[in-house]
Parts: sequence; structure tokens; C-alpha cells
Amino acid sequence: MRKIESFVLKVNPILCDGFAHCHELAPELVNIDEWGYPIISDQPTSTSDRSILESARLAVRGCPRQALRIERTEAPTRR
Amino acid sequence: MTMTVSLPRVLHAASGQPLSLREHEYAFAATHVDDLFGELVASGLAGRGGAGFMTARKVELLRGVRARHKVVVVNAMEGEPIGHKDRTLLSANPHLVLDGAEYVATMIGARQIDVCVSRSDPTVVRHVQDAIGEREGRRGSPAFVLHTPPWRYVAGEESALVHWLNDNETMPQYRPNRPNVLHVGRAPALVVNAETSAHVGLIGHFGAEWFREVGTSASPGSTLVSVSGAVVRPTVLEVPLGMTLRTILREVGADPGPQAILTGGYGGAWLSAEHLDAAYCDEVLRPLGAAVGAGVLVVLPMDACGLAETRRVVAWMANESSRQCGPCAFGLPALAEDLGTLVRGSRDARAVLRRLTERCAVIDGRGACRHPDGVVRLVESALRVFADHVEDHANGSTCSAASSRHWVAVPEIEHESQLVWE
Repeated sequence: MRKIESFVLKVNPILCDGFAHCHELAPELVNIDEWGYPIISDQPTSTSDRSILESARLAVRGCPRQALRIERTEAPTRR
Repeated sequence: MTMTVSLPRVLHAASGQPLSLREHEYAFAATHVDDLFGELVASGLAGRGGAGFMTARKVELLRGVRARHKVVVVNAMEGEPIGHKDRTLLSANPHLVLDGAEYVATMIGARQIDVCVSRSDPTVVRHVQDAIGEREGRRGSPAFVLHTPPWRYVAGEESALVHWLNDNETMPQYRPNRPNVLHVGRAPALVVNAETSAHVGLIGHFGAEWFREVGTSASPGSTLVSVSGAVVRPTVLEVPLGMTLRTILREVGADPGPQAILTGGYGGAWLSAEHLDAAYCDEVLRPLGAAVGAGVLVVLPMDACGLAETRRVVAWMANESSRQCGPCAFGLPALAEDLGTLVRGSRDARAVLRRLTERCAVIDGRGACRHPDGVVRLVESALRVFADHVEDHANGSTCSAASSRHWVAVPEIEHESQLVWE
């Protein structure tokens, strides 16, 4: 598999029930609003720091509703 | 020489009764252009359902999809409680809408056309049923199927409508990558608004050059507008795109010196009356924060409270959320509550105003559909357009206008227990 250089973490808002596990597992990527639902930037995140991709994967695996997904983006961008 | 129609176009020959197929063919001349798709591209027609997406691009997308069966879905759900254009159109020229749908079907290679009319409007349902009946047995004609989903604000959102056709649920679907192709069963579907379909009908009959004779170069053609509020009587009229708002308002006998205009619909935006000479078309309205949207205009007089009007709309829209997504299900009631506090007046109004602004920013763009985004746009436009009056409310001064008569018609809120999600 091609190495992921940049990605966007995407949430399916219909599946999401606001458990906020993603916020605990990847606080650098996920904020939560006052109702406990995730706020995630739609701008690509560079994986120059490998640990951030690891956090994203933890968040995806840790979601009880399986509402998260990592989407590989084309052009790597600065973070 | 080909006989064509002048303005009104989609409402041409409109009388109290819908035109029969024979009357329709007489009124609109049974002419057809040769290169349908070429004419549609050249026409520059943009969708009249709210989003304003280029119709030719939608058609092109579906032409590029290979499938055994494709369907055209005509969307006449008319979710806007203050919009009446689709039912006006279907009560006048149902066959023009069906002509357009047939043209679209020809262009994408569809053999079925699903026509969706809300069941809350039995008269319109009957008109469409009669029109479809008249067309039965015509050679080469695709099969028309009438559907009557229950009326809800979000039921007319295209993915919700397709959801209804598939599973009898009028709830929007999550579509991360747009534009994407919706499917009815396994058939790729093109969803077209009823008015848009009527314009496609006109283009198929008379061609792009004729179509562009009215309107602006960026927004060609005519469009239907539902005008209400401080007017002699609520009216649906057909205007050329690019006509000034002042002229449109004069046509319906509106208050000549209003405070503001609600444009687009419940999920639209307020526009200050200082822009009354602005042209009614997206290239002019969008930079002013407004839009043609679903073709709705509400005239707000000087002595009304724009904040109170907005609160009533937002409270209703919050209740209309399908409650699938947290930011919409919880966020919209929170916006309505903040607006309520501001309208009533409170000691910490200043803090409430700040929280309202922050909540708008947080909610925007976080639902599966655009329902919450529309409400946020409305609230933000209200805070901008009625800024001085909002300031009065934030300072705690009482507002007598807030409790006087209302100008934006808002249906009564149905309680959760009364809602039927079929």
C-alpha cells in the first residue's frame, strides 16, 4: 500500500452518537462541541509526524459507532 | 417560423384549471429542438430547487454513468412552507413539467420517471395524476409513476426523497463526496426540481437562444417567486432573473418602504432594504449574503422585529430536523433558545448574543445535509441586517414589535409525539 502522506479524518454525522471517544484518543485532531459531538478540521493533515496518523487510527478503531474513517488526500500539505 | 411564448413562460396560458394535454400542445407548439443536450448546455439553466446547481452538469454526470436502468425523479415536494411555486406550476402547466422530465429521461437514457408530490396537497396530486393518465399509451414515452411522500421540510432534500423512494423514510443520507450519484434501487437517479423540469421543457421546445432572451448572462431565463409578508396578498409570479427587487415588490403591491427582505426561504438570508435596487439573481445577491434559493421573498415592514421573526422560523426549523446528526438535533434548538432569550430580553443578553454567534460557527457544515447550514445562514444574516436592533435587545431595552403581528408565515409546531416518520 502506498504510504499515506496526508489525510482527513471524516465523521459520518448520522452514525455518530457523541460518545467522544475520538476526542480522548486523538485530542490533537478532534475537538468536541458542547453537546459532545466531534469537531474535526476538513483540511488535510500531514503525516510528517507519524504519531498523528497513529492517533487517527486509534480514534477510528475506538469509535463505538464506527463513524470515523481516514481519507487519504492527494496533495500533502503543511500542517 | 416557430411559435414561441413570451413572459410568463412556465406559467404561460395559466388559468384556474391545469391545461389538458391537447391544450398544452396547442399552447406550447409541438416543436422540439434537434440536439437536446447541446441546447441544455447552451441555455445555462441552473436548478430552481434551492441549490442552483447547473442542470446540464447534473445531466452530464448521469450520462456518464453506465447502467441498465436509470430513473428521473421530479421533485415537487415544496418543503418551504412559504413557497408555493411548484404547486402553482403543477396546477397550471403540469404537462410542461412532464415534458421536461421526458427530455431529461431521453438525455440520460432513463425509462422511468418518478414524480413526487407531497400528499398534504391532494389537489396538486390529482392534477399530476390526471396529467400522467392523459399521457399513458403514447408511443416511446417513458413510464410515469406518481409518489406522494408525507410533507416535511427535509423530505424535499434530494437524498431524503430518494431515501423515501427506496425505504419509505424521508431522512437525508450522508454523502461525503459530492456531487455523487443517488440510486433508486440499483438504478442511478437524477433528481430534478419541478420548476427546473418545466424550464427544461421550454428549452426542449424552443431552444437555448430563445431561453436566453430573458434573464442575465450568468442567470438566464425566468423564475417563479413566492412573495409574502407586507404585500396586498401572497403571490406567486414569474419574473425574468435580474429584475430589481423593487420592481418585483411593486408588481405584487408590497410595502414600498420595507425594513428588510427575507430571500431564499427559511434556510435563506435577510437582505437589508438598502439593497432594494439589487437585481434578483445569484451573481448579485450572493455577494450581499443573500440568494435566490427556493424562490421565496418575504417583505418585512419597518415596525417589525426581525429578531422575533427569525426566532419563530428557527424554532420551527429546529423541530423539523430529522434528528439524525447531533450538531443539528441539539444545535438548532440551542439557537432558537438563545434567540428567544434575546427577544424577551435578559440581564445577560450580551453573553447570550456572544454564545449565539459562537454556536452558529460551531454548527455550520456539520450535518449530513444542509439543513443546519441554512438555519445558521439565516441567524447570521439576521444578526448582520438587524445589527442596530439586536444591539437594543442586547442592551436589555424592551421591544414592543416583538409581540405584535407576525410577517413571516410559520406553521404551528407539531410535537414529537405527533410526528409520523413513515
